Amino acid sequence: MKQPGMSLIVKTVTRLITGFIMIFGLYLVIYGHITPGGGFSGGVVISLALILTLLAFGKEFIDAHALIGDNGMEAVDVFGAFAFLVIALLGYFAGAFFSNRIIGHGEPFHLFSGGIIPFCNLAIGLKVGACLFGVLVALAVFHTQRRHDPSEPREEG
Amino acid sequence: MQDVTVMLYSLIGFMIIGSIVAIETRDLLSSVICVGAVGFALSVINLLLGAPDLALTLVVVEVLTLVVLIRAIRTRRDTYHATSRDTLAIGVVVAGLCFVFTVAYFLLDKLPAFGKPLMLMSEPYLRSGLESNSAVNYVTSILLDFRAYDTLGEATVIFTAIVGAYAVLRKVGRKREAAGNESDR
Repeated sequence: MKQPGMSLIVKTVTRLITGFIMIFGLYLVIYGHITPGGGFSGGVVISLALILTLLAFGKEFIDAHALIGDNGMEAVDVFGAFAFLVIALLGYFAGAFFSNRIIGHGEPFHLFSGGIIPFCNLAIGLKVGACLFGVLVALAVFHTQRRHDPSEPREEG
Repeated sequence: MQDVTVMLYSLIGFMIIGSIVAIETRDLLSSVICVGAVGFALSVINLLLGAPDLALTLVVVEVLTLVVLIRAIRTRRDTYHATSRDTLAIGVVVAGLCFVFTVAYFLLDKLPAFGKPLMLMSEPYLRSGLESNSAVNYVTSILLDFRAYDTLGEATVIFTAIVGAYAVLRKVGRKREAAGNESDR
């Protein structure tokens, strides 16, 4: 095993297209209330961009960046779920949970429209993207743990 | 309209063949790829029937499922062993299929025609969606405003499944790690 990850061709192509995939996923999340898409599919596209990076560059690339590691993804996952719940509970001030009257609706066909729907999309996109990528990171940890012993001791939990 | 029906039937036939191949093949990798092909055909069917949201979600989920499944089966070298066919099992299956088809033949007459659903439930949503929350994409509007509790339940289901996967995978990883460097512990 001379070099982590796949060959140079795969790495170059990954460098070129990962940004576009990520931008497409963000577009699906942010414009989910105007065009087809939404939080779930956009989140899956974002996680696929990260998975492409993981497959091309190997587990060592994930270890070098703390945010896209195992624990960081779990934190983002929990944050997204919590944000969705907070948006649901904020509707209580307007009468009912998930009420769409806490902020204005805006003009149809504009980006700032739909009330709480864009924020719900953002929360679900964060949650889905983080958790689906985190599972693959956990699988990668499960695969590589036996031949690659980390120097720092992992915290208990 | 006729072209759509022809394409639908050919895609459904492709899905049935793919499912049978996925069950019957010996190689685990071929089976996973056949399942992915069935999923892509279902996504094309959704696109033909005018559900781009669903088609998009299905495509990306199929890609993710394929990646995760191939990743998961890569270390398992054992292939699928076909079970022996005895006549009793085949007889039971054939009898069950005959029963299901007989019931379905009499039941499916009562259903409305394909592609013409009774638009009772969706009428109020379609009428009052735009002034209720001014989101143009009605699918998202139903998912996150009218049916937001269902979406919360979905999110809870995904969250629970992912936390369970984390728990199982991390435990195995920790065991391997402990076996790798016992001097640390």
